Amino acid sequence: MMTIFEKFRPLAETRQELQKNASNFFNVVMEEIISGTEAVVNGRRMILAGSNNYLGLSFDSDCIEAACHAARQQGTGTTGSRMANGTFSGHVALEQELAEYFDRQRAIVFSTGYVANLAILSTVVGPGEVILLDADCHASIYDGCRLGGAEVIRFRHNDAEDLEKRLGRLEKRKTNVLVVAEGLYSMLGDRAPLADIVAVKQKYGAYLMVDEAHSLGVLGDNGRGLAEEAGVEDGVDFVVGTFSKSLGAIGGFCVSNHPELDLVRYASRPYVFTASSSPSIIASTRQALRILRTRPELRRQLWENANLLYQHLQELDFNVGPEASPIVAARHENKEDAFVLWSALLQRGVYVNLVLPPATPDGHTLLRCSVSAAHTREQMEHICETFTAVRELTAMGQTA
Amino acid sequence: MQLKEKITKEVIEILRPLIPEGQQVNAETDLVADLGLDSLKVMKMVETVEDSFDISIPLNILPDVRTVSDFVLEIQKLFEDE
Repeated sequence: MMTIFEKFRPLAETRQELQKNASNFFNVVMEEIISGTEAVVNGRRMILAGSNNYLGLSFDSDCIEAACHAARQQGTGTTGSRMANGTFSGHVALEQELAEYFDRQRAIVFSTGYVANLAILSTVVGPGEVILLDADCHASIYDGCRLGGAEVIRFRHNDAEDLEKRLGRLEKRKTNVLVVAEGLYSMLGDRAPLADIVAVKQKYGAYLMVDEAHSLGVLGDNGRGLAEEAGVEDGVDFVVGTFSKSLGAIGGFCVSNHPELDLVRYASRPYVFTASSSPSIIASTRQALRILRTRPELRRQLWENANLLYQHLQELDFNVGPEASPIVAARHENKEDAFVLWSALLQRGVYVNLVLPPATPDGHTLLRCSVSAAHTREQMEHICETFTAVRELTAMGQTA
Repeated sequence: MQLKEKITKEVIEILRPLIPEGQQVNAETDLVADLGLDSLKVMKMVETVEDSFDISIPLNILPDVRTVSDFVLEIQKLFEDE
């Protein structure tokens, strides 16, 4: 009889392959964090070009001070659910500030972005109703769909025509449909065609949820994300987001003009059955939100860095995503090439994320970079020069 | 031709480019154990079947699908529901 671990055999094989070709993959430990863009990894000083620290706020002195002050005043954790003893005044204040920032009636703060997606998708739609999600949506969206009782159907990535076809097929069932898309897709950094999606959603009377995890603080004149940039905020019923990227902490939220969003608190297991965010996280996030609102120059710097790296990788003939964004991914059909390049970058002091299928679109292996407003000109030049150097090495057939 | 046979024939044709050349496929073939389909190939198969029959296949049915025949029955049910 097979053991319960037999199902992990393919994972064991992949791990063995990685150990052979990119041995450091399992040894990436940030031993010393020097700043939002630098760390010591395996004894080597490294530029971090894989963090989602888009505005560099994880090391902002005011955010750190706010976190320290809150920890001293309120302790290190709430030790309870939002539904019990875990709602502190900071949680309520952050919800009010998020509602005001997004100009929405209601806001809920969750313990992580993953939990936010689980909570909304498993609760807002249920048995007999339908979720239509973009095929490239994040795993937290898929998991939220699985946790609830709704029927789940995918539409082709960024294809509003395919979405319309599927909405048309559902029309005669006269049921509620929630369409789900993302502001910036996390693997290739491409935007959703949101104006088209909103037009289709309105035509068929569906609801729309947009996950702005990677676009908050990145897109829109005020940093509210793709819905703001595309001028379609009124057409989006639910905006979900995270504190773990542009806001430099951890946590999640949902904002909406539907007053019934408040009822989700009582119906959602991921909201009720987990401890609420610690006071230090709430305090640093509130400060980061203030900075996001008042310092648009951070967004400009972020885009300058993003365009620089995207153009450089294009010039080096890497197979990058369809448009420039702070997520710059080089796609590789041959995963061994990606392993060689990733290891070579690491040896030269540049950390990027190595992402393997099935977590990637179309079965590609990705070298997924994320740039930050906090990357200096010198750091960006070093990242670009290192890509040039490793590109040449692989072109010569060496394995660095 | 019966609907079930027609769907079976179409599904097997759709599977051909996703599996090694010469691999035998029939109604009782297990999609993962026999054909080694990974999640990406399963989704490719689903998308192609959707286009071919002009239907939407809910992801919810997939945990109950092991063989070609299981998949065919689920597709048949979608037609009957319409």
